[in-house]
Amino acid sequence: MRHLISTRDLSHAEAVGLLDTTIDMVDVRSRDIKKLPTLRGKTVANVFFEDSTRTRLSFEAAALGLGADVMTFTAQGSSVSKGESLKDTLQTLEAMGAEFIVLRHSNSGVASTVTNSGWVESHIINAGDGTHEHPTQALLDAFTMRARLLGDDGRGKDLGGISVAIVGDILHSRVARSNIWLLRTLGATVTLAAPQTLLPRDIDEWGVSTVSTLDDAIDLKPDVVMTLRVQKERMSSGFFPSESEFSSLWGMNVSRLKRLAPTALVMHPGPMNRGLEISGEVADSPQSTVTEQVANGVAARMALLYTLRGDSR
Amino acid sequence: MARIVLTKPDIDRALKRIAHEIVESQRGLDGLIFLGIPTRGVHLAKRLARLVADIEPQDVQVGTLDVTMYRDDLSIQSTRTTVATEIPATGINGSTVILVDDVLYSGRTVRAALDAITALGRPNVVRFAVLIDRGHRELPIRADFVGKNLPTSTSERVNVSITEVDGSDEVSIA
Repeated sequence: MRHLISTRDLSHAEAVGLLDTTIDMVDVRSRDIKKLPTLRGKTVANVFFEDSTRTRLSFEAAALGLGADVMTFTAQGSSVSKGESLKDTLQTLEAMGAEFIVLRHSNSGVASTVTNSGWVESHIINAGDGTHEHPTQALLDAFTMRARLLGDDGRGKDLGGISVAIVGDILHSRVARSNIWLLRTLGATVTLAAPQTLLPRDIDEWGVSTVSTLDDAIDLKPDVVMTLRVQKERMSSGFFPSESEFSSLWGMNVSRLKRLAPTALVMHPGPMNRGLEISGEVADSPQSTVTEQVANGVAARMALLYTLRGDSR
Repeated sequence: MARIVLTKPDIDRALKRIAHEIVESQRGLDGLIFLGIPTRGVHLAKRLARLVADIEPQDVQVGTLDVTMYRDDLSIQSTRTTVATEIPATGINGSTVILVDDVLYSGRTVRAALDAITALGRPNVVRFAVLIDRGHRELPIRADFVGKNLPTSTSERVNVSITEVDGSDEVSIA
């Protein structure tokens, strides 16, 4: 594995291997000395053409945790405003020593274009491209599910037998796409619940079942309910009548939480619109994994950087 | 063609002798922690800990030390999978750590292990016990307790089989 662009590219063995290495990275992060020397002398460039808090900081913490140096590029305040191209930007960063490029862009397919272009030699990690994919989010989500539901017995295992309901703005969600492909590889059952306007048109080809209301999804008693952020910035037209209607029909609230098994998890990739897709009480409940997801994200990205490093050209 | 150099009784005898040497070198056994280097070192560490406890009945602790992320050959080797590091809940500060591995060769694994230990805490003493020392050191490292010194050429392979992993106890050269 040299790059990570899509969770579709991960084999079952590669995916389970990444989750297993993540366990050991979580362990490292619980020690007094939280740093490994594994990427000492290597440089990770965070290249963010789109805003981000947690993904950028998480990759930064992961790279620093492995002893790497970090360069951070954000499009605001850069020469992009002078018309510098993506190709020239990446080649500039590589000329400064970058060997890993963590790339976020608002256009779908940019990460894949870069790996196929031959512009740069670096390992490319897709940190979110438009509405296409966000593979490291899927890895940390799968890790969080396995850690919570299987506990210490999880090592070496996939998510066979686990049912996951993904709820809300599927249409604009790269998190949903990456999760669906990875969860299927790992043997989980995925059900989508979304308003018709927020479901992609080609949904029949995704190999997952859909239900037409969140309450129907809850009645299936899933082990995990994954709520998604309503992506207002990607919505140019009215996808639903009002926020209050959306939250009453599609919001994860306490009465819906009570209908799930006490061991069921509620996940959210963040940033949350509290009161819209998830209520504050649910987000702060013991069944919510929101902060664990963030903590696990650093470990999952450490595991990925380590694994990619082994495939040098 | 593999040539058998140690049989099961030979291995048992070597481990027993090492256990006695450890007891002798360590007056009283307070704070003794055996840390095995995966894969086979872990099981050898468990055996040594049992043997030592049989000689002088005391609680000795056993753990696993994964050195993968500390290796200096990560960029020239394909990715190795990591293994859980398990140390006693009380930590390793102030203890005597006995590192255990099956074969000592270049010394690079031990160097990585010393770095890994440093990241976990500060033992009073670190010693190194190994079943086979095959020579060809690339670093100034030596073992404190050796099962058997086995002069080899670099073109030979030393295969250590132990029951817990391979189904039988045997050391051979091929």
